[in-house]
Amino acid sequence: MIELWIHPSVLLFVGALVLPLLPVSVRRVALLGVPALVLALVLLQPVGNFGQIQFLDWGLEFGRVDALSRVFAIIMALMCLLGSLYALKVNDVGQHIAAWVYVGGSLGVIFAGDLLVLFLFWELMALSSVFLIWARRSPESLAAGFRYLLVHTAGGLALLAGIVAHGMSQNGDFSFNAFAAAEANWAVWLILIGILLNAAVPPLHAWLPDAYPAATFSGSVFLSAFTTKTAVYALCRGFAGFEILLVLGVVMALYGVIYAFLANDPRRLLSYHIVSQVGFMVAGVGIGTAMAVNGAIAHAFAHILYKGLLFMGTGAVLYQTGRSKFTELGGLYQKMPWTMLMTLIGALSISAVPLFSGFVSKSMTIAAGYEAHHYWAAYLLMLASIGTFVSIGLKLIYQIWFGERRADASTWEKAKDPGWNMMAAMGITAFLCFLIGVYPHLLYQLLPHAVDYQPFTSYHLSETILLLSFAALGFYLLRRQMAPKASNCLDLDWPYRKGGGLVSWMVQKPLQSLDQRYSRLHESAGIRPLMESAGASARFDNRRIDGAVDGLARLIRNLGTGMRVLQRGSLQQNLTLAFASLAVLLFLFYLFT
Amino acid sequence: MTLIRIIEYLRARSQTLAKLGIVLLVCLVVLDALPFVVDKSEAHTQAERLPGFWAAYGLVGCLLLTGFAKLLGKAGLQRKEESHND
Repeated sequence: MIELWIHPSVLLFVGALVLPLLPVSVRRVALLGVPALVLALVLLQPVGNFGQIQFLDWGLEFGRVDALSRVFAIIMALMCLLGSLYALKVNDVGQHIAAWVYVGGSLGVIFAGDLLVLFLFWELMALSSVFLIWARRSPESLAAGFRYLLVHTAGGLALLAGIVAHGMSQNGDFSFNAFAAAEANWAVWLILIGILLNAAVPPLHAWLPDAYPAATFSGSVFLSAFTTKTAVYALCRGFAGFEILLVLGVVMALYGVIYAFLANDPRRLLSYHIVSQVGFMVAGVGIGTAMAVNGAIAHAFAHILYKGLLFMGTGAVLYQTGRSKFTELGGLYQKMPWTMLMTLIGALSISAVPLFSGFVSKSMTIAAGYEAHHYWAAYLLMLASIGTFVSIGLKLIYQIWFGERRADASTWEKAKDPGWNMMAAMGITAFLCFLIGVYPHLLYQLLPHAVDYQPFTSYHLSETILLLSFAALGFYLLRRQMAPKASNCLDLDWPYRKGGGLVSWMVQKPLQSLDQRYSRLHESAGIRPLMESAGASARFDNRRIDGAVDGLARLIRNLGTGMRVLQRGSLQQNLTLAFASLAVLLFLFYLFT
Repeated sequence: MTLIRIIEYLRARSQTLAKLGIVLLVCLVVLDALPFVVDKSEAHTQAERLPGFWAAYGLVGCLLLTGFAKLLGKAGLQRKEESHND
């Protein structure tokens, strides 16, 4: 019996091709129908290995469906549906195409059984997602998109170099399974660097807070979910137990939090919190125990939902008001109350407040840290949790919806809750955040390892409530210190921002000057001798070469004239002459031999 | 709209809410210290068994993080908006 297996990405790619041909009303049906179909396909997929083909010398596998790939594929497909609902009324069809190809790339990576297929879809993600940034059509987004592409190209090269070198060292075996930390060679480290860049691990993170706030209001909802969490999937698959990831994860959890404190753009603040939250996941992978890896996956699942919700809420503010800075907002609860409520649910979820999704996922990683006796890591992750609550749960909500009203009259006039589709997307996502928070078994049953963890114990509840409520007291005391400033933060994108400027300066100043000097030198020392030599060459050609050629031609003509005398036109005479010549030749031959 | 009215009702009583909040914080610390309410056998380290440990950690952590971020901002990390793309 031939088993028919359809790759979910194929539906998205075909959908992306057909979408521009559809009339607007049908397109809106397709925008919900195709992702719903993809989600159904992912949910119904049996466990197994599918889509195996032989290409040249390589056996490629497009469909490895197991517990790990399944849980990531489910959340990606779900987020595609929610994101498409949110963006339903966006008339720029290019954005829908880019988003679907991007999600298709993510699903392709997740189901890839080998590193070559993984790389193919990995690059597709970078190439398609950049259009979600460019689609905003502002000079800033154009520049940010180019920087995004530049950094991802560098990461892709590292990944490809690592894959090729690893495959060669394994006699052409490119299968993607867990690498052993103790036996990792430089090829494996190159693969890890390529993946860490997409996971936005410092110092390879700056592309994220640079690019995501520059994307369209709906594009950021997609961007917030797929690139970093696909990288987390790859880390879970290949690098569990690499201890360096624990250190990097803790660093990034705190790094993101510190920078988020200084951000003036809510979407940049949220971008830094992607860095921070992915830090929890990277740390979980670094710890490497079954509970820690479960925690990383559970947190990735919960994070995609609440971060998507937060980007939907702040995206709605941008969409309705055209503003995306704390210094230009404030007091919006009177105009966008329901958007505030939904964003607040996302904020409570990311802050790991009991009854919301972050509480049941984040704590699993931290508890695994304590159990594995990495106390320093667990305490520092708790510190990062404080920062998350203060900057999102309190600062973000306060500065947009409460606090001083800093919006000008026209912004205030435009502000209102968005249309039904955006509210529905936010409502469903908020409900899911709450549902996972009160009924974590829904999430835990999807995890690859058996779950022996109970989040609702008196100690864990008391620990979390005390931590967060006293952090809130700290915020209350320092609330004036946290007033927003019209500012940007210097981050590690500075070298290549300045690098770009340096190249431009190099071209305009030293290179241009060098070019002019060279032109003058060429004119005086190059062109004149060249003209002289060309003249000499022409003279030689005219007098010597032409003379020799003409002389030869004259010689042949004279010889021809002489020969013509012998050619009388009579066959008898010609034959006589020919035989006479032959006789002379034979005689000479006889004479000399 | 009901949601706006609820928010305005609460905002009008912010002083009362602040006082209630402080009472709540005290109650939380007391409850945490009662062994029959919170089972501290789950604590991971000895320090966590101290009464109000996580309360102190939350408050000090918030002050430290905020202070550190402000310090870095003033040390040159935070730039004027227009200087970013120079």
